[in-house]
Amino acid sequence: MALLNITSPHAHGPLSTSQVMRLVLYATLPGAFTLAYFFGVGVFFNLLIASVSALAFEAAVLKLRNRPIGFYLQDYSALVTAFLLALSLPPYCPWWLVVVGSFCAIVLAKQLYGGMGLNPFNPAMVAYVILLVSFPIPMTQWATPVTLDGAHAVSISEAINKIFGGQAIDGYASATVLDVMKQNASLALEEIYKSEPLLKSGYFASAAWEWVNIAFLIGGLFLLYKRIFTWHAPISMLIALALMAAIFYDNGSSNSGGSPLFHLLSGATMLGAFFIVTDPVTSAVSKRGRIIYGAAIGVLIYVIRVWGKGYPDGVAFAVLFLNFAAPFIDYYTTPRTYGHSKARIVIAKEKEANK
Amino acid sequence: MSEEIVKTSVDYQDIVKKGLWSNNPALVQVLGLCPLLAVSGTVVNALGLGLATLLVLTASNMAVSLIRNHISDTIRLPAFVMIIASLVSCIELLMKAYTYELYQILGIFIPLIVTNCAVLGRAEAFASKNKILPAAVDGFMMGLGFTLVLVCIGAIREVLGTGMIFSNMQLLFGDMASNWTLNILGNNYPGMILALLPPGAFIVAGFLMAGKNVIDNRIKEKTAANANKKDIVKGGKRVRTTGQIA
Repeated sequence: MALLNITSPHAHGPLSTSQVMRLVLYATLPGAFTLAYFFGVGVFFNLLIASVSALAFEAAVLKLRNRPIGFYLQDYSALVTAFLLALSLPPYCPWWLVVVGSFCAIVLAKQLYGGMGLNPFNPAMVAYVILLVSFPIPMTQWATPVTLDGAHAVSISEAINKIFGGQAIDGYASATVLDVMKQNASLALEEIYKSEPLLKSGYFASAAWEWVNIAFLIGGLFLLYKRIFTWHAPISMLIALALMAAIFYDNGSSNSGGSPLFHLLSGATMLGAFFIVTDPVTSAVSKRGRIIYGAAIGVLIYVIRVWGKGYPDGVAFAVLFLNFAAPFIDYYTTPRTYGHSKARIVIAKEKEANK
Repeated sequence: MSEEIVKTSVDYQDIVKKGLWSNNPALVQVLGLCPLLAVSGTVVNALGLGLATLLVLTASNMAVSLIRNHISDTIRLPAFVMIIASLVSCIELLMKAYTYELYQILGIFIPLIVTNCAVLGRAEAFASKNKILPAAVDGFMMGLGFTLVLVCIGAIREVLGTGMIFSNMQLLFGDMASNWTLNILGNNYPGMILALLPPGAFIVAGFLMAGKNVIDNRIKEKTAANANKKDIVKGGKRVRTTGQIA
């Protein structure tokens, strides 16, 4: 029998890419259903349109690139990208917005860089940012949570007319809590909480959004339990964000950016922490690197949310910034390899110094 | 300075082909990207800057070709830059006089033609080694290639960004062009703002380069296939593989 010369890693995870991706898909479901509970069927339309268009674009580009179509479609990575994009888009947004988003995610951000595993930026976040910059009006019209008084529950036929026909629905849209915080920057927190129904009817942070974030947290903890990713990046991101919020809480004065709990449970915090920041392709690789990567994202999210001028939420921008920086972080956090006393970069630096 | 090169007969067809396609300053040499990306938001801006660059390129190539035997190698670059700068100043004054609004829109990017590497590049690589007529043709064709790409990018960005094309053409062509605007994508088109921003220009330019490469590869494959066919027709010769003659 020939001795096969197999290179490291000798111990590898038992899950294939498609199994991992399917687990991620399942883990988004609690968040998706919670979103749908508060914002209605628009969430499912987004998911449907995004999935179909993302798979179609993936297949088309794979065909152009002469790559095996079935093989790559079955790894579910395009579907995960579609889900993450669809969950971050406002429900009842026009259908072409979702299709353009899928195009940007799959064609521009993923396949043009070489496809699965080679994209330097998170495809869903690239698409989200392109859409937010290009079409600010439909991208910032979020539905009002149905649990609020006077909220307009959107029926399926109304939803179809809105999404595919562009017919306006009266009084369904409202600002998200992060918008509210941004627009009322001159008020003290207490005053905002008194006047704004979204904040008044919340238990921990704000109506609907706290539950959406908790649902994504549950999905994320399930993935953590399944060891799909390590705790380093998401936990350090959440801690950094909470720390920033605590430092600049300022006892709720008009300079305050909101409490740590408010920041942890609003906007896309949990979706970002457990589904975007943990992307194995675009994040830093080593454990130390992931802690730095996650913490920097957490700090940036707070900075963009509270002191940024134009945009209420900063998760997508912060993630893209740190995608840029990930190779740099990796370079300086190379771990010590087995058999060496120090990390490669440390040895190289010492040699340089001794010259 | 390089009389040998001049003596050989000039292949004008080759100059035309290089300027417009195989050595296109924007798509192949990737020179002068600053104006390419900054002002190609609409067709009229792109055309205005493209024409200005074309004039400067042709005139500077001619001027450099005229003085090529009278300046020493060591000071040639400052001399070229001075020629180009004075020509750009002329163009700037002309645009100020005749297309004042467009001049205001293009702003700093007209004086910046001086720094367009394509202009100095052609002066150095071609005009300083060739007679005046080939130099003029080269400058014109390079400028035309640059303008065409600029207008292509401008048209794509204008349609994607605003849904319309040829808007504000009166800035360049006078009152008769004031109703040239075509509304291609309808009044309900929301306008993709990204296409009007510099990243949009990068993306569109990238797609144009990819398109050119696709066409080139197709042509290469076809010619290769044709060459193979010819071989088969000629065929019948056996090839000696041992390399030894017995």
